[in-house]
Amino acid sequence: MLDSLHSLNLLADEERVDGADKVSGKSKYTAEHIIPNIAYGLFVCSTIAKGTIKKLDTSKALAAPGVLDVIYYENCPSVPGYISDAALRPKNTSEWKGFKVLYDNQVRFFGQPIALLLADSLENANAALRLVKAEYEVAPFETDFNKARLDATKLTNTQVYKRGQEKMFKEAPFFVEGEYSIPIEVHNPMEMHATIAIWEGDDKLTVYDKSQGPKSTQFTISRTFGIPDKNVRVIVENVGGAFGNALRSWPNVPAACIAAKKLNRPVKVLLTRPQMFTLVGYRPHSWQKIGVGADATGKLLGISHEAISNTSRYEDFREGIVNVSKFLYTCENVDTKYSLLPLDVSTPTWMRGPGEATGSFGLETALDELAHKLKMDPIELRIKNFSEINQENKMPFSANFLKDCYQYGMDKIGWKNRSMIPGKVKENGWLVGYGMAVGVFGANKGSASVRAVFNKDGSLVLESAVSDMGPGTPTAMTKIAASVLQMSAQKIKFKLGDSDLPPGPTQGGSGTTSSLGSAVDLICNNIIKELKKLAIQFAPSFKAITEDAIEIKNDLVQSKTGTEKISLQELFQLAGKSNIDLTVTSTGNGAQPLKYATNSFSAHFVKVLVHPQKGTIDIQHIVSTGDAGKIISENTARSQMLGGVVGGIGMAMSEQVEWDHTSGQIINASFGGYQVPRHKNIPNTDVWFVNKPDPYINSIGAKGLGEIAFIGLAAAISSAVFNATGKRVRDLPITPQKLGFKAAV
Amino acid sequence: MKRCYQGDSRRSFLVKSSAALAFYLTPSLLAKAVNVSTVMPQPIAKEKLKITINNKVLDLEIDPRTSLLNLLREQLGFTGTKKGCEMGQCGACIVHVDGKKTNSCISLALSNNNKSITTVEGLAKGEELHPMQKAFLKHDSFQCGYCTSGQIMSAIACVREGHTKSRSEIKDFMSGNICRCGAYQNIVDAITEVATSKQKI
Repeated sequence: MLDSLHSLNLLADEERVDGADKVSGKSKYTAEHIIPNIAYGLFVCSTIAKGTIKKLDTSKALAAPGVLDVIYYENCPSVPGYISDAALRPKNTSEWKGFKVLYDNQVRFFGQPIALLLADSLENANAALRLVKAEYEVAPFETDFNKARLDATKLTNTQVYKRGQEKMFKEAPFFVEGEYSIPIEVHNPMEMHATIAIWEGDDKLTVYDKSQGPKSTQFTISRTFGIPDKNVRVIVENVGGAFGNALRSWPNVPAACIAAKKLNRPVKVLLTRPQMFTLVGYRPHSWQKIGVGADATGKLLGISHEAISNTSRYEDFREGIVNVSKFLYTCENVDTKYSLLPLDVSTPTWMRGPGEATGSFGLETALDELAHKLKMDPIELRIKNFSEINQENKMPFSANFLKDCYQYGMDKIGWKNRSMIPGKVKENGWLVGYGMAVGVFGANKGSASVRAVFNKDGSLVLESAVSDMGPGTPTAMTKIAASVLQMSAQKIKFKLGDSDLPPGPTQGGSGTTSSLGSAVDLICNNIIKELKKLAIQFAPSFKAITEDAIEIKNDLVQSKTGTEKISLQELFQLAGKSNIDLTVTSTGNGAQPLKYATNSFSAHFVKVLVHPQKGTIDIQHIVSTGDAGKIISENTARSQMLGGVVGGIGMAMSEQVEWDHTSGQIINASFGGYQVPRHKNIPNTDVWFVNKPDPYINSIGAKGLGEIAFIGLAAAISSAVFNATGKRVRDLPITPQKLGFKAAV
Repeated sequence: MKRCYQGDSRRSFLVKSSAALAFYLTPSLLAKAVNVSTVMPQPIAKEKLKITINNKVLDLEIDPRTSLLNLLREQLGFTGTKKGCEMGQCGACIVHVDGKKTNSCISLALSNNNKSITTVEGLAKGEELHPMQKAFLKHDSFQCGYCTSGQIMSAIACVREGHTKSRSEIKDFMSGNICRCGAYQNIVDAITEVATSKQKI
């Protein structure tokens, strides 16, 4: 166990440190930075799914008022990172990953940018877009996942895993086997992607971008354009949501840099809402086949988990769909198989919970089905197969308080009112159902650097090159610092969103609080050590006191007995210093990285009402419980869990990209067509945390919770619907029609 | 194949797709260039607009195609009002026009001649936040903050227009404002608190 663990005596929660700016409209998001003489760049996008552009007529667009240029494959300046052949590429470059915008005349998916139109105003740019005319040679294409996946020759990159005997579930006295599918879902953060690029010299530029990682965007740009890292400054003051789609750079980034260079003028590239469906990733379409078998006591005898998810034709993307089946529950016989299906669509990417959320929908629903077959309470089934160790690598979990989550959730949702036989409970004529499911995700800790400047007036400035897409990183970091230093949060400023600051982690995979929080904890403890040393060295009355007998509190350095006191002001004066300026790097992984498996866990409980004639599904109540170690900021952690519930409701009930496979295009690329949860879809939700520190993961005992807030929700909802109706929907989203009711209401 | 940089010799996946293309290509698959008569945009004469924004009267000359949202964000620097879809479907751009909530993305700026606009920047009195802003802060009614301005403008309209008899009524009124981070419950909590406080907002 780590020495410093229990020393973190958290202060009371306060409002978000950046909250006042957010509620008063002062916070600046990428597209909102005012840059003089800016040119607006909008993409002209393909109207075919695959083929070659024979001719692109830009003459009319160029003649339109205010149009500055139309950049496309014929006139695009060369980009070093666009060269595939490493031998031909300059040394300080890496190949751009993904589709190379403005590079060639190939069309790989419907809606692919084929040109960037630049104009002096948004109005002029919008008016001229339609004047760019493309002539295509159309090639055959395939966008239909459900059809293509049936042809095994089209599957690629198959990875298999086996422990014990394959397909053992079929030998079990009780088993279920089912197919589960989830359509493409799109992150759709409220802020649309945008990039502003400003060249300040031949090899120096500043970029404002929507990014979950200022440092990673900096590296992407420096390596794509072959310029030194230090000459690329990436600024991301605020991120208006992202959920994974700002983990990597998309075509808007190189396009803005290319255009700003060509025009010798700052350029702002803006995406539209429909383009948010095709250009910045999405959760891939997936199909899973899961079999689980048990003996009469519920002991799992076999799990088989097969999965296929789509990728693009030009890039592979895979995620952890089958991971959870391998490690969470005690089971000797597990086999998994996961293949990719390339289609003529754009590349998917991580979306909240990523593959684990997809896999958990299948696995957790299958367990609910097995419990039903066993006539066993689904919570009992999970407790029966509860594992203290990670079943895949056999390492003990550093902490796993799932059973506490079960107990709280059961009591709060009213689990005792659940009938083992579906469709038996009614309220006001509506069918009542209860369901639950588990979420689990790796508790990651990466390396993180932070700089602290502690001033003689007792104020503290912390700096790290991270960005915050909403969970409240500056608030949590401020709270850790205030708690360690036992000082007012008002005197702390956490600076982020600038690649010039010490390298911080990319905000994703539930790792920020664990990684950066450890660095902040470390640096604040170092400040305390430094202050104690200064006191002993420079303050005469402290000469005979040991470091252990000194504490820092409320701008005072004092002996624990209270007899000796000196103000910071005086101490700094005696020491002839104006501040303490430190930079530390906290390394990745916990102190005992090879001995423990570190994960965060959640259990979600749902009560639904279903109208017996119309099939209308009314989610009545959700209880979301989490084991994410010590909770740093209850206020923002609770909000993150509430957000996960909303996302889960979207996955379960409405989110679905719809296609016209005759043209290969998405036909519901708007908030009108793609239904995300709205106020009226959200039930009363209770959030509860175990809030016990993980003794091994890091010095603060905190684990991430961005993913577990979401993982498992869809299975909990579908299980509740089954409990209400006796009908199992394995194909998301759940609709009254899929329950066998004639019309949606 | 045409491409912008000639130093690239491998491009294996592109070569492959081109070969497949040659094989499959038939005349019926050749897309014809769309032959609609193209009306060229003409230079646009600017038009006069008198508009009050957050109690300040402005006499402007603007491109008549400008939306109220783009006028605010791109030309006047009121970036507190957000762009979320430009189709009137998400509520991020909601402002008050003569006190009524309006999706500014689908309102032409010129149609607001002689009207008074309130944006989120116009709610606070100096350093003193508006009660709804305070309630949003207190209840942590946002995460990323991007939909927040629109939510607050709608929330004020919700209370002023009296749609606060129940949580369900609040939710119905607010359902034009999407929050992708999922702060809905906390938003309703904030609105409920302001509504029950009976203060005039």
